[in-house]
Amino acid sequence: MYETVIGLEVHVELGTKTKIFCGCETEFGAPPNTHVCPVCMGSPGVLPVLNEQALRLGMKAAMALHCEVRKDSKFDRKNYFYPDSPKAYQISQYDEPIGEHGYIDIEVGGQVRRIGITRVHLEEDAGKLSHSVFGDASYVDFNRVGIPLIEIVSEPDIQTAEEARLYLEELKAIMQYCAVSECKMEEGSLRCDANISLRPIGQKELGTKTEIKNMNSFRHVERGLLFEQERQEAMLHRNEMIVQETRRFDESTMSTISMRSKEDAHDYRYFAEPDLPRIVVSDRFLAECLAEIPELPAQKRARFVQDYGLPDYDASVLTATRPLAEFFDETAKRVKDPKVASNWIMGDVLGYLKTTDATIETFAISSMRLAELIGLIENGTISTKIAKSVFKDMLETGKDAKILIEEQGLVQISDESALRAIAQKVIENNPKSVQDVVAGKDKAIGSLVGQMMKETKGKANPQVVNQILKELITG
Amino acid sequence: MLDFSQGIRKLHEALRSGTTTPEELLNQSIEQIEQKDGEIKAFLRVNDVTARDRLKGNAAASNSFSPKHLLDGIPYALKDNMCYEGIETTCASKILEGYIPPYTATVAQKLDDAGAILIGKANMDEFAMGSSTENSSYFPTKNPWQQDHVPGGSSGGSVAAVAAGMVPFALGSDTGGSIRQPAAFCGVVGLKPTYGRVSRYGLVAFASSLDQIGPITNSVEDAAIVLQAIAGADVHDATSAHVEVPDFTAKLTGDIRGLQVGVAPEFFADAMDEGVRQRVQEAVQVLKELGAEIKPISLPHISYAIAAYYLLAPAEASSNLARFDGVRYGYRSQNAQNLLAMYSKTRSEGFGKEVKRRILIGTYALSSGYYDAYYKRAQKMRTLIRQDFEQAFSQVDVIVSPTTPAPAFLLGEKTKDPVTMYMTDMCTIPINLAGLPAISVPCGLSQGMPVGLQIIGKMFDEQTILQVADAYEKTVDFAAVRTAHSKEAK
Amino acid sequence: MTLSKADVDHVARLARIDLSEQEEIELAKELSAILDYASQLQEVDLDGVEPMSHVAGQQPVFRQDEPHESLPSDIVLKNAPDAEDQQFKVPAIMEG
Ligand SMILES: [Mg+2]
Ligand SMILES: [Zn+2]
Repeated sequence: MYETVIGLEVHVELGTKTKIFCGCETEFGAPPNTHVCPVCMGSPGVLPVLNEQALRLGMKAAMALHCEVRKDSKFDRKNYFYPDSPKAYQISQYDEPIGEHGYIDIEVGGQVRRIGITRVHLEEDAGKLSHSVFGDASYVDFNRVGIPLIEIVSEPDIQTAEEARLYLEELKAIMQYCAVSECKMEEGSLRCDANISLRPIGQKELGTKTEIKNMNSFRHVERGLLFEQERQEAMLHRNEMIVQETRRFDESTMSTISMRSKEDAHDYRYFAEPDLPRIVVSDRFLAECLAEIPELPAQKRARFVQDYGLPDYDASVLTATRPLAEFFDETAKRVKDPKVASNWIMGDVLGYLKTTDATIETFAISSMRLAELIGLIENGTISTKIAKSVFKDMLETGKDAKILIEEQGLVQISDESALRAIAQKVIENNPKSVQDVVAGKDKAIGSLVGQMMKETKGKANPQVVNQILKELITG
Repeated sequence: MLDFSQGIRKLHEALRSGTTTPEELLNQSIEQIEQKDGEIKAFLRVNDVTARDRLKGNAAASNSFSPKHLLDGIPYALKDNMCYEGIETTCASKILEGYIPPYTATVAQKLDDAGAILIGKANMDEFAMGSSTENSSYFPTKNPWQQDHVPGGSSGGSVAAVAAGMVPFALGSDTGGSIRQPAAFCGVVGLKPTYGRVSRYGLVAFASSLDQIGPITNSVEDAAIVLQAIAGADVHDATSAHVEVPDFTAKLTGDIRGLQVGVAPEFFADAMDEGVRQRVQEAVQVLKELGAEIKPISLPHISYAIAAYYLLAPAEASSNLARFDGVRYGYRSQNAQNLLAMYSKTRSEGFGKEVKRRILIGTYALSSGYYDAYYKRAQKMRTLIRQDFEQAFSQVDVIVSPTTPAPAFLLGEKTKDPVTMYMTDMCTIPINLAGLPAISVPCGLSQGMPVGLQIIGKMFDEQTILQVADAYEKTVDFAAVRTAHSKEAK
Repeated sequence: MTLSKADVDHVARLARIDLSEQEEIELAKELSAILDYASQLQEVDLDGVEPMSHVAGQQPVFRQDEPHESLPSDIVLKNAPDAEDQQFKVPAIMEG
């Protein structure tokens, strides 16, 4: 029996307006080589100047990942030749990263697992390469070069492909909560490479690992790791040696393929970047960064369960993004039963957003107005059923629930004497159903309730109706 | 004809009074270049058309020109490792042939703003790697004092242009002595400011933690005037210092009474030229007579400076010069079938021998397994050298030494042996390692060639080294020696 | 410290510089001489000395996150040895 050991290296693009060492914009999808200047193109004679916002976001990220942060760190040069690297070195951090020794907690099968984070460091992104269809040339676009990144390296604490996905989902949520990055994997603003190895259970030393690249979604990470785990396991069973190599995830076959190993072993010749002074930040700067870190997803989940009595499932759905969690929080505060608010948001609101491709930030009904609608159910003014149609009308007309209810005369009839009179009439007109009820066919009562609703145009309070009908029929 | 060597202030006064015009100064500069540069070869490129265009733009009515700055209307030369938008910049390397920078270096921008007129780009050792300007990929420059001698390097072109009277001043860059050593060899003034005093933005880097741009001039006052124009913090250079820029001419009174002048025996090597030793000793005597107090000091680690420098500078250079890969600009080999070959053929065909040598040494010093033994040890030695100076400067205001251990050597004399060539920078290199300011002023002749006196100051205290250099210059009147020599030459 | 031809070859490959057989032999000699000279650093006890990577006394200088204008596209590729469709063109990069 083998156990799997996985470590992830995640690159996250920081959400700055401009690049890390120059004022070129970071906009995604611009025409090739339009967001470049002498600095990011590595023209002879240029010098980098650090974007303070990039440092701030990097620090916030490190803090949110529970790292110990350095007040005094430095940049280093990582030297390598490649056409996407205009200076032939990447400005990165080597032995003094901004953050170290952090962690992310994930929940696996109801158990909390703590995944260690080795380090968080700042660096610049590389350019983008594309290749001629004839295979005779490659092309370089430098728009992406110099976009600020943080690299987040996990400890080899991850044991399954599912844990890897959960780790990434949590990481993404944390980054988004802190407004560090949008983490759009499809735009490359979150990228993940994985190291995976197997070892016999009980063995201390790690087995030979492979590195997997080119996984462009969380699902691909999970699939790629599963494939690789099975591939390695099968090889070990056959007593074959695992080759340490880099493998590429292939989307079309959902498998990993060996990439040709590079010409020579990497020797990056790191040394301190002489063009940038050491990064020394003040206590005030750190305090400001810390103050900008909001309640994080894990804390929010725990609070929703504890304070609002939500089931774990609801809490994790509602904390998937910070705006959604805040929407729920604001709604729940204003209603009697937070679970009802949860049901409405998880059902009607998210359902609506899904069909319209909208987001909670631009959702037409504010949390306050939704809470008002829920309040009207809770105080008996309208039924849940009527509320659903009011909800639709609110979206269509933009009007408040109260106004719509008034306009359409939807106030629920709970007055017993009025309902008793209508019930008498319904019983007289439906002897067959009455007989069925008497005969113990419980379902038949539904048809009588339906008749009542028809007579009252749906305004009858269903609970009261049920009670009156039963009383009149069975005595 | 106005003699450029009479100083920028005189030229400025002539412009102000209308006895000359910027156009006349420009014409004179161009004439001097036409007359002399066929022999001297100080310039890689003379951009006279651009210069004339700029002049037209600056002063539409040249007959009513009134200078707004001491440098307004004064022509100058830039070492070819400083960028000026639209003007070819090669660092005297084949790998950058035809390269047109898309932006202007901060120093050139500042001189532009002051109204100075760029006349051309001066020759240099390729990528500033050398001490004789013989490592230019184009041609060597000759020493105007005596043309079978080297002008020194790497700013040999800039210095020769000033020494030969082709321009009133020039900018050079100094990584291990590249301003001061050629200034000493050619009998002019060269100033390396404190690291961080002058922006490096637009200076094609050799060794980023050591490089500084500085003036090459006929007089100490001119050096102060030019430094004033180019100094100051720059938003484009994070290593430029946010330190107040004082008036560099304020202390040029000739009075140095009471100043403490340190002399360290370590600067006077056994193998030193006897004439140089004597001239510098005489200079120390002059300072004493002017009322300075001479104090013996010790700098025990500076004998290790060359060893440390020839690991640190090449290490940084190996990384700085990696960008010359044939992808975005400059030379690309046409003999390559694949990417790897494109890189290595481009670089092997584009770089000269000394540059390759230093890239390889630097790569080696940083490579896995050797970093600690070479690069890191050299960095530690750098700390000790800096501490030596800190210690010394707790006792004295300035330190004086020879600029070079010997006067200019013959062309071709040292090209065979790199280590001997490196030795010519033994007095200047420690100053770059420590980040300090230093100036070289002429202090007489040895074997008929000029000798330089180096005056080293505390961090950001260019004022005091200028003060001492100026007082010395006023007393010894090297200008007379120069005039006598040029008459003799005729 | 003596560098072999193989050492020179390795370093030259790291530095992406093509050398002829003759150059390798010469450089092995010259680089060895430089390293020999540098070996005097081994004489000094440097334990506990902080390495100096920057000239000290500088406060960090930051840039604010404000965009500047990027280069016009005709300038971007002006110095390019080879270009096509607004991109820099290089010999094919093989990745299997
Ligand atoms: Mg990275
Ligand atoms: Zn840019």
